[in-house]
Amino acid sequence: MTAPIQVNSFRTGPDERGHFGIYGGRFVAETLMPLILDLERAYAEAKADPAYRREMDGHLKNYVGRPSPLYLAERLTAHFAGAKIYFKREDLNHTGAHKVNNVLGQIMLAKRMGKPRVIAETGAGMHGVATATLCAKFGLKCIVYMGAVDVGRQQPNVLRMKAMGAEVRAVESGAKTLKDAMNEALRDWVTNVSDTFYCIGTVAGPHPYPMMVRDFQSIIGIETREQMQQEEGRLPDSLIACIGGGSNAMGLFYPFLDDRQVEIYGVEAAGHGLKKKHAASVAGGKPGVLHGNRTYLLMDDDGQIEEAHSISAGLDYPGIGPEHSWLHDVGRIKFLSATDKEALAAFQLCSRMEGIIPALESCHALARLGDIVSNKPKDHLMVVNLSGRGDKDLDSVAHHLGGKL
Amino acid sequence: MTTRIDRRFADLKSEGRAGLVTFLMAGDPDAKTALAILKALPKAGADVIEIGMPFTDPMADGPAIQAAGLRALKSGQTMVKTLAAVRAFRKDDDTTPIVLMGYYNPIYIYGVAKFLDDAKGAGVDGLIVVDLPPEEDEELCLPALAAGLNFIRLATPTTDDKRLPAVLKNTSGFVYYVSIAGITGAAAPDVGQVHAAVGRIKRHTKLPVAVGFGVRSAKQVKDIAAGAEAVVVGSALVNAVAKSLDNKGKATGRTVKAVTNLVSELASGVRGPKKAK
Repeated sequence: MTAPIQVNSFRTGPDERGHFGIYGGRFVAETLMPLILDLERAYAEAKADPAYRREMDGHLKNYVGRPSPLYLAERLTAHFAGAKIYFKREDLNHTGAHKVNNVLGQIMLAKRMGKPRVIAETGAGMHGVATATLCAKFGLKCIVYMGAVDVGRQQPNVLRMKAMGAEVRAVESGAKTLKDAMNEALRDWVTNVSDTFYCIGTVAGPHPYPMMVRDFQSIIGIETREQMQQEEGRLPDSLIACIGGGSNAMGLFYPFLDDRQVEIYGVEAAGHGLKKKHAASVAGGKPGVLHGNRTYLLMDDDGQIEEAHSISAGLDYPGIGPEHSWLHDVGRIKFLSATDKEALAAFQLCSRMEGIIPALESCHALARLGDIVSNKPKDHLMVVNLSGRGDKDLDSVAHHLGGKL
Repeated sequence: MTTRIDRRFADLKSEGRAGLVTFLMAGDPDAKTALAILKALPKAGADVIEIGMPFTDPMADGPAIQAAGLRALKSGQTMVKTLAAVRAFRKDDDTTPIVLMGYYNPIYIYGVAKFLDDAKGAGVDGLIVVDLPPEEDEELCLPALAAGLNFIRLATPTTDDKRLPAVLKNTSGFVYYVSIAGITGAAAPDVGQVHAAVGRIKRHTKLPVAVGFGVRSAKQVKDIAAGAEAVVVGSALVNAVAKSLDNKGKATGRTVKAVTNLVSELASGVRGPKKAK
């Protein structure tokens, strides 16, 4: 399954039924099937409508604040004494993470489809905040499902969502984290079929979500190409991003997939370690079906889904986007992992050396940086997707470091 | 080819009444008690038996069935044990149809071909797999039909006339009409709307139609039965199990009786009052 397969292009998926190789698909209850087909149609129409694209570009520029800078991290580069390290600064977007790129596209689509009510699931709360933000801007009702554990560890984001008029519903079932929030959001959708748009936060779920979210997030990689050309006169040599569901990673990677000389690294959350509780679905899981798609999942021998664990609420999910699963199998993305402890160390290093407080999610990518760049020549250009800012994690980090920030 | 399901619906038709379909979770609250309940169901008045295959993430189910699945998993239920329960049931009963209902992942991980072999061998008659719409028929539906099992599809209030033919195409045994847009155990359906919807489905198929989701009383069973071939009750029965447990969640002397009493009462809705007691 992991032996590289020869393919002509890595950018042709999904097929018309939503498959990336054996992954993806539309594994949903019949009640939702007509809704998903409607969404697929509506998205295809919007995509073909230049006015939709124009409006989106305007909001990306003036509301989100794009393009986000490509920043040369000089002190970290000197610290590791290897490749040149650039940060793609998604943390500087309005709402503080890459999530807004996708939410903008989906909320504009909700508006087009005449759906007055928007639901979303959230882990770290960044997707919830982005959804609450754009629902406020576009005047839509917003309900965010969030695991009760995450409500506890991401209070600042809960308050931000409430401040913008969203209703945050704490989910008490299962492990009370992202997986359970997604179950509850699906239950809401199945109940409120006529007026509700489900705004999924990552490149997962039933077709067309993985494709649609990827398309919206691809702005990250498209800008990175242009910016690196301007800065260095050529493409980067390697890319690295953290992967939970994998939307920030897919957004950076997708425009580079067919530039085969560009090395691509995805970093999963190894939690307490890959032999203990973790959230690394590729490293520790196998293909299965959950939440509308076939993909790598953490599960037991009887097909029961296992609870994931990561210090980072945004990576605390037992699955991964189906396109990532395929890109792993065909050998285009190299998957690595970082533990909670390594992420915390990277949090401190980046904050102190660059004056940038990264989200704990992004810290997983930063944690693997040293291993890779140290073995590269000084003219090697590496881009890290700094997917979000870490203000939301300060309490949690202080707690894990025993009060010593 | 006729199956136990086909024969049971033919019998019900000749008796001139609708059937009662019961849903309970395999291994809830433990394998032994669940088997005792299963064996007692036909006598209590169940015409068709649905057995839930527990899953950690039942996206279309309400709190009652979610909790039942977790109770079963906690007590060690597995697919192997679920199939063993069907085999044990078949030793004494070769006529009551058994339908396994659940989500795809546990079947996929068990292995589709092996699952179909083992299910057929154990005496299973049909499958309802909530997260396999017609768009994914190649996964399990077509192999199941080829193996001689019925594949029972859900039709819902969102399944319009344009889509119904696709939903009905590879459906066999009966059609399960989900009476509300929602999760199991939710609000009671409006009887008038249900009858209209069943009438709409019947214009597209000769298959029997069973109606479920939100049905919990004998009165509702009776009202819905007036316009359908069968009525499904699930969450109410699962709740009867839950209420009979001790404070540690273990079965008590009341558990089996709690379920069979409720099944008898619900069965009065399809059999007339004379058998209510």
